[in-house]
Amino acid sequence: MNRKQRKLKEQLFIWTCRVATWMAVAILFTLLFHVVREGIEWLDLDFLDSFPSRKPEQAGIKSALWGSVWLIGLTAMISIPLSLGSALYLEEYAPQNRWTRIIEINLANLAGMPSILYGLLGLAVFVRYFGLESSLWSGSLTLSLLVLPVVVIASKGAIRSVPLSIREGAYALGARRWQVVLYQVLPSALPGIMTGIILALSRAMGETAPLIMVGALSYIAFLPESPSDPFTVLPVQIYNWAARPQDDFHGLAAGGIIVLLVLLLTLNAGAVFIRSKLQRYKS
Amino acid sequence: MNEPLTNKQISLETRDLSISYGDKRVVQQVSLKISNHQVTAVIGPSGCGKSTLLRTMNRMNDFIPNFSMEGEIIFQGRNIYGPYSDAGTIRQKIGMVFQRPNPFPKSIYKNIIWGPKINGYQGDLNDLAEDALKRAALWDEVKDRLNESALRLSGGQQQRLCIARAIAMNPEVILMDEPCSALDPSATARIEDLIKELRDNYTIVIVTHNMQQAARISDQTAFLYEGNLVEYGVTKKIFTQPDEKKTEDYITGRFG
Ligand SMILES: Nc1ncnc2c1ncn2[C@@H]1O[C@H](COP(=O)(O)OP(=O)(O)O)[C@@H](O)[C@H]1O
Ligand SMILES: [Mg+2]
Repeated sequence: MNRKQRKLKEQLFIWTCRVATWMAVAILFTLLFHVVREGIEWLDLDFLDSFPSRKPEQAGIKSALWGSVWLIGLTAMISIPLSLGSALYLEEYAPQNRWTRIIEINLANLAGMPSILYGLLGLAVFVRYFGLESSLWSGSLTLSLLVLPVVVIASKGAIRSVPLSIREGAYALGARRWQVVLYQVLPSALPGIMTGIILALSRAMGETAPLIMVGALSYIAFLPESPSDPFTVLPVQIYNWAARPQDDFHGLAAGGIIVLLVLLLTLNAGAVFIRSKLQRYKS
Repeated sequence: MNEPLTNKQISLETRDLSISYGDKRVVQQVSLKISNHQVTAVIGPSGCGKSTLLRTMNRMNDFIPNFSMEGEIIFQGRNIYGPYSDAGTIRQKIGMVFQRPNPFPKSIYKNIIWGPKINGYQGDLNDLAEDALKRAALWDEVKDRLNESALRLSGGQQQRLCIARAIAMNPEVILMDEPCSALDPSATARIEDLIKELRDNYTIVIVTHNMQQAARISDQTAFLYEGNLVEYGVTKKIFTQPDEKKTEDYITGRFG
């Protein structure tokens, strides 16, 4: 291949990459534009502060918004300690044998499972077997199962990437193992762990199928007061509105999507903020 | 031949120490008496077991799964591998400085006080930090930025911070594994000066592959070759009239 040909190929490659990137951005913006154009007129404080209704002009997403906040809060409270504990145990304490290898392979498999299967599991175990019914408990426990493998895998990676030299430095000062893990390894791994948690929780916030399986209702005209209350969430409400034939409901759905996006962005911005604080000492 | 020629007190002693990784024996029957308040250099070609020997002296090799040893290491009248010895307690008294500076990703101040803090130090931490940094000849350079990240320091400063971190534990012995090998000549010179000063208060064992460095800073020198202690004695004698042919060949640069 001569130089000219090679140059041509390189140009071709660069342009293919460029077009692919622009395409992705263009599609994203088209979607956003479409959603905003359709939903913006429905967005106001009343929309945020009203319960769903059969009359579009009175309908709002109050119960779905607060349901999502409750659900994600509960899911975080259940899944974060569990997955951190598992990741620390698997990385720092567990012997490297056949059992831990099996667990690790299965974690990877679980992380790739379709979410509706978690919904089926949640329905059978939490809703029926434990009799939790279609409550926030059932929803958040189901989502915790969904989030768990993702967070464990991300945390394991972050913990493993803490350099050996830091651990050695700590041990050389007479530190005990738990002190090394708690005061050196964990803080060093925290930014990576946080990224995993936020990604997983963002995904959980957009989940619809498993929540429908455990019985999240779309018509809830009250706010949950405890984790045993029934609930709905933004994606379920949006799905429900979008499935109706009337145009006004499609507008409401678009409005709901905007609210969901803002909530997701807030969550991610919070994560970026916390991470930058944590990374203050990383060179 | 394995005795230092001075009559100083012995701080640390290895007795018939053999060390293996799995089936591979890397240190053989080394008996070495390390004098109090002296700088003892361990020299020898790369791969001869210097780091292995040093890391065994404060049980840093405990973490290597296939590590095993025979013989004894006596410190303060007890075998540090004996049934009543605790690795954590031993490392508090026998500190270590590594080949590459490894400050924690925390502030300069926190780097110093972390060790004393987790080990229940009762005194004033600010005083302790100042004292350790002064002893490590770093105070003047960092006194105005104690809360900055330690990773922002230069390599030489980082290594002196690691020395200060070890000093803050008030150890009896400080082990150093090629502490200057990642540093430029001027940073190396500063650390060498520092080591000479530290001798007044601490017993220092330093591994180096740099023979000039051993000659410059050490009082005793041990020459290790393929895991065997070939010769051990006063540095001046080792470098001018060694007893063993092997030592002479090594220090005159005939191999290694
Ligand atoms: N963790 C280990 N497992 C197996 N062999 C090792 C390990 N660490 C070092 N060795 C081997 O032991 C020998 C001595 O190594 P080392 O003590 O690092 O030598 P030096 O510090 O003198 O260069 C080398 O042959 C090295 O390959
Ligand atoms: Mg070495």
